[in-house]
Amino acid sequence: MDARRESEPTPMKNRTTVERKSERELVVTRSFNGPARLVFEAWTKPELFRRWWVPKSMGMSLRSCEMDVRVGGKYRLEFEPDAMAFFGTYLEVTPHSRLVWTNEEGGEGGPVTTVTFEEKGGKTLLVMHELYSSKEALDAAGTGAADAMVETFAQLDELLLTLGASV
Amino acid sequence: MVQYSRAGFDASFAALSDATRRGVLEQLWRADASITDLAEKFHMTLTGMKKHVGVLEKAGLVTTEKVGRVRTCRLGLRRLTEEAAWIERYRQLWEARFDELDKVVEELKRKEKVDGRKKRK
Repeated sequence: MDARRESEPTPMKNRTTVERKSERELVVTRSFNGPARLVFEAWTKPELFRRWWVPKSMGMSLRSCEMDVRVGGKYRLEFEPDAMAFFGTYLEVTPHSRLVWTNEEGGEGGPVTTVTFEEKGGKTLLVMHELYSSKEALDAAGTGAADAMVETFAQLDELLLTLGASV
Repeated sequence: MVQYSRAGFDASFAALSDATRRGVLEQLWRADASITDLAEKFHMTLTGMKKHVGVLEKAGLVTTEKVGRVRTCRLGLRRLTEEAAWIERYRQLWEARFDELDKVVEELKRKEKVDGRKKRK
C-alpha cells in the first residue's frame, strides 16, 4: 500500500440495519469509515448535520436547523415546503461517544433517542436507539395508523416491482 | 436485521397486487367484517368477494371464521408483513441519510489531513 491510498474512492459502503428490539424499542446500526470524533462532529454541528439529515429521496429540505448541543440545550429542525418541525432537548452530551435527546414534536411522552459512537480501528460503529413510551406509540409511528395503510401498500407495491425486477 | 422471509413476501405481494384486496385489508385493519359486509362495501357479488378473501387467506393476510351463518374476516398473522415493510422503509430512509453522512465524514477526514499537514510545516 502506498501513501496515496487516502485519495482512493470510499471503500464498499457499510450496511444499515434496523431492528425492533422490543415492543418499545427500535435500533438502527451502521459503521462509518472514520474516527468517532468526526462522525460525532457531523451529528452535532448544524451546518454539517443539515447536509445529510434530509436526503433527496425525502422530497423536502430543511429551512432551518438550530442545535444547542449541551445538556438541557434545545434543537429545532424546520422543513420546507411544509412547515413540519422536529424539536426537543438534549439530555446527555458526551463528546465523541454519546448523545441523548427527546423528541417533543408529538407532545409529552415522545420517544427518547440515544446515539452511541464506538471507535474501533479507525472505524466508528454507530448505534441509534429509540425508546418509545409504549408499544402503541411505536406502532403509531409506523404501521399502526390506519390512515398510513394506503401509503404502506403503495410502498409494498414499489417493493414488489423492485423484487420482481431482481428475479 | 429485518426479519421476514422472501417466500412470505412473495405470497403477500401476489395477494396485494389487486386493488380490491388491498381495500379489503385496509377495511379489516379498521374492523373485522363479514364477507357480506365486504361484498356490499366493494359493490361485488358474494362469490366475487369470497374469491378475493380466499386469496388473502391463502397468503396468510386474512383469517376467517364461520359462526352460525356468518363468515367473519379479520387480519391474519401476516399483518406482521406490514411491520416488516415499515421497518424496511425506515431502514431505507436511514440508509439514504447515512450515505450522505459518509460523504460528510470523508470530507472531514480529508480536511483534517490537509490541516494536519499545514500545521506540521
